[in-house]
Amino acid sequence: MRRPLLLTFWVLLLAGCARNSAPKLLSPTAYGVQIVEVSGGKQIAAAGSVLPQPVVVQVNGADGNPVTGALVRFRGEGIAFNPSQGLSDSSGQVTTAVQVGFAAGDYQITAETPKQAGGVISINLRQTSLGYEATLGKAVNDKYCIRCHDPESTPERVSNFDNLSPAPHQFSDGATYNLMKDSDLLNIISHGGVALGKSPQMPAFGKTLKPAEIKAVVSYVRAVADPPYQPSGVKYAK
Amino acid sequence: MNDTDKPAPLRSRPTFRELTTFGVVSLALLVSLAIAPAKNYFSDWRHYQKAYVKLAGERQSGNLVRNFHGGIRQIWIPKLGVVDRCESCHVNQIGALVGVSVQPFRKHPPVPHDLDRFGCVMCHRGQGAATSVEEAHYATEAWEQPLLPARYLNASCGQCHLGDLPGTPRLNEGRHLLSAMGCLHCHTVTQPDANVLKPTDDPPPLIHIAEKTSREWIYAWIKNPQAYAGSATMPNFQLSDQDAADISAFLIDQSTPSLAVKNIALSSAPAQTQPVDPTAAATLYGSSFCSSCHAVQNAAGNLVGGDFGPELTRVGSKVKVEWLHRWLKDPGQFEPGTRMSHYRFDDKQIDLLSGFLLAKKDEDLLSNVHLSQADAASIARGKKLVTEDGCAACHQINGVAPPQNFAPDLSRVGSRALSQIVFLPGMKHNLPDYITAKIRDPRSFGPALKMPKFNLSDEQTTALTTALLAQTDRAAGLPHELLQPAERRSDYHPGGDAGRLMEDLRCLSCHSINGNGGDMAPDLTREGSAVQRAWLEEFMSNPNTLRPALIRRMPKFNLSRAEIKTVSDYILSAYQAPGFDSQTLDAHQLGPDAAARGKQQFYSKYGCNSCHIADFKNDKGYIGPALAGVGNRLTPVWIYEWLKDPSSLRPGTLMPNPNVKDDEARDLTAFLMTLRAKPNGGKK
Repeated sequence: MRRPLLLTFWVLLLAGCARNSAPKLLSPTAYGVQIVEVSGGKQIAAAGSVLPQPVVVQVNGADGNPVTGALVRFRGEGIAFNPSQGLSDSSGQVTTAVQVGFAAGDYQITAETPKQAGGVISINLRQTSLGYEATLGKAVNDKYCIRCHDPESTPERVSNFDNLSPAPHQFSDGATYNLMKDSDLLNIISHGGVALGKSPQMPAFGKTLKPAEIKAVVSYVRAVADPPYQPSGVKYAK
Repeated sequence: MNDTDKPAPLRSRPTFRELTTFGVVSLALLVSLAIAPAKNYFSDWRHYQKAYVKLAGERQSGNLVRNFHGGIRQIWIPKLGVVDRCESCHVNQIGALVGVSVQPFRKHPPVPHDLDRFGCVMCHRGQGAATSVEEAHYATEAWEQPLLPARYLNASCGQCHLGDLPGTPRLNEGRHLLSAMGCLHCHTVTQPDANVLKPTDDPPPLIHIAEKTSREWIYAWIKNPQAYAGSATMPNFQLSDQDAADISAFLIDQSTPSLAVKNIALSSAPAQTQPVDPTAAATLYGSSFCSSCHAVQNAAGNLVGGDFGPELTRVGSKVKVEWLHRWLKDPGQFEPGTRMSHYRFDDKQIDLLSGFLLAKKDEDLLSNVHLSQADAASIARGKKLVTEDGCAACHQINGVAPPQNFAPDLSRVGSRALSQIVFLPGMKHNLPDYITAKIRDPRSFGPALKMPKFNLSDEQTTALTTALLAQTDRAAGLPHELLQPAERRSDYHPGGDAGRLMEDLRCLSCHSINGNGGDMAPDLTREGSAVQRAWLEEFMSNPNTLRPALIRRMPKFNLSRAEIKTVSDYILSAYQAPGFDSQTLDAHQLGPDAAARGKQQFYSKYGCNSCHIADFKNDKGYIGPALAGVGNRLTPVWIYEWLKDPSSLRPGTLMPNPNVKDDEARDLTAFLMTLRAKPNGGKK
């Protein structure tokens, strides 16, 4: 008589515990030796949002062919994944939707797959989350700057990039922009390329944009720089 | 008197039991007295302030440590009802301690507002007066307003900023969707400045629908609008087969003949399948710029074209050939309120176009639709369903009045009390998730709910939620001087004969004039000061493009000479820029010397050629209009004033203010007036 009661009690207790335990790992049916990015790296989203495109990674075997059934786990500080783990499909790929964190800035996500012999192999992808200022900068960029500074055309907006000589720098060109001070960028945007002895084809926007908007564009250029922009000055570890 | 009468001594020796009770009570009192100071001592904010001072000390910020004053820090703004103690823990908001990335010490990222003027909860919500982490950030039993998740933060801007803001794309998109997806036909959304948001979509009236399409198509459409056109904004009402059959029966039954049948005689009975020259038809479709407004799915499955009019991918499965002929002849006869222009097509062109459009057919769409004959019972039931489902909230239907207060008022939805909400099992108990779930799948909250399912992406749902979360009690109570109302459109319409003609052509569908009209084409408010008559007349008879990079262009309306003259006269006299003085520019100031200097400035100093083509042989920039023929197009005084401040003449123009001096503007004007080549390199 008491046995079933006791059993029920234990089952209920265990069920209660299960809720808070860590998510169970899927068990892989195969292992790979290499994990590569298929798509979804270096995306930009507003703080706290899901990235426009999902992140897709692929697990390859020793022969270089995709491996089906390998476990891939995603992690990243402040990032939510849906799903956070998965087994690779028939083309060796795992897809996840990524929501970046509350704070603006760079986020690193790691995709890892266990090796047969133990340990894991992983790749890191960088994603960028834009705060208010950089979002405003993006709005200004999307209206004005992008027409010359982005070589990609869309049906609504044909790029002028190829018509210009010297060619404009893309805003993601961190190697160029990271060497310039904020004040340099503010000057070029406000007074045109000639202000810093650069091409007169870069017009002056000082009479068109508000100072806050110009500052926002600089903030956007900093946010999308690749390699990432490190402001000069005192640096501390966490 | 005996012993018992002896009064008891005033003080007797307390028993052990009494002593114990007294001791316990005293101890309890002491302990309870100690609770408050202990809670204070172990409070979250004290803990964080200590950690902050320690951190500052480790980094040798002696000044910071010395000048740090502990204690509860409070922002109190009576006018806004803000009492925020967030800075008690978030002590480094202004970033005095550089380079900290851990919370709660991270510096607040740059925003346009001063913390001391607006506080924290205005934007972030949460409980400002709380002094514990739990109560400040999360929903507790006594407090239902947790922090607003970051992806909805734009909502907070929308409490004061009632129109579009460049820095809040998600809020702008959400408000646009509220108007464009038809939400506002059923729901009322009143902004804090008493402005009631208006729908901008254009659901067609259904009063003559039998003329336009078949009952089978209506059936298929209302069953699943997106099966006919992926871009359709009409939501899915999840109707049963019987419901859809009855509704389609009623809609056909209530239809009355339109003016088009009466007024437009078809030359010959048009055949349903008329072989047309596909190349000529496609050329006419292209040169009429139908795709500026209408989209068609291409072979790769991508939509190509505008979203101003309905998608035409399968239009051949929808419309009747007689209707299409009459529609192309004069759309206003069938639907007086249509946004489609009245092209002056001749019969041959109409045959071409209708053949071209009717060939856009999807045989599968209606192949499985077999409806039994509509009887009176079916029609009556259809009418009942149409009334109950609120179809008339969007569409004009004979015999069914638009419902009033059909759906809940959403003016304060962003402050809805969680206790009044019925959540689904397994759902997180917070307002943003509830609104999102409600938009995504309304019927999951109960099959009897009337709200249909809209075809929205996740990002669009988030945007809509953001716009709705802006509608808070706090916003409704804000002081009026804080509100930034949306730009109001005027109700301007051109008058007279020209006005009637311009209404017929639906100029305001694309062009804005005096604060009314669309944004697809340039604002014409000051066009009369800008252009020369000869050019304007030539342009209206044969609109060649000024901006080769644009896909949306001015269509050719096939206007008659007299019509062109009427419209040109009106534009040149009515749409003048105030304060233009043609005396600013003397003829001799625009001489060859000035033109030579202007050319120098055009190419070397201002790099105008990066966006404009002055010479088709050498210049390549095509962001701005080609200027090769500008001497024939624009007036000198317009060019001069434009160079001095473009956005004052056409707000929102892409052209940056080049900041030229007066004499430079004169020289540049002189140079530009010498450019008289035909555009598109017609004359080298």
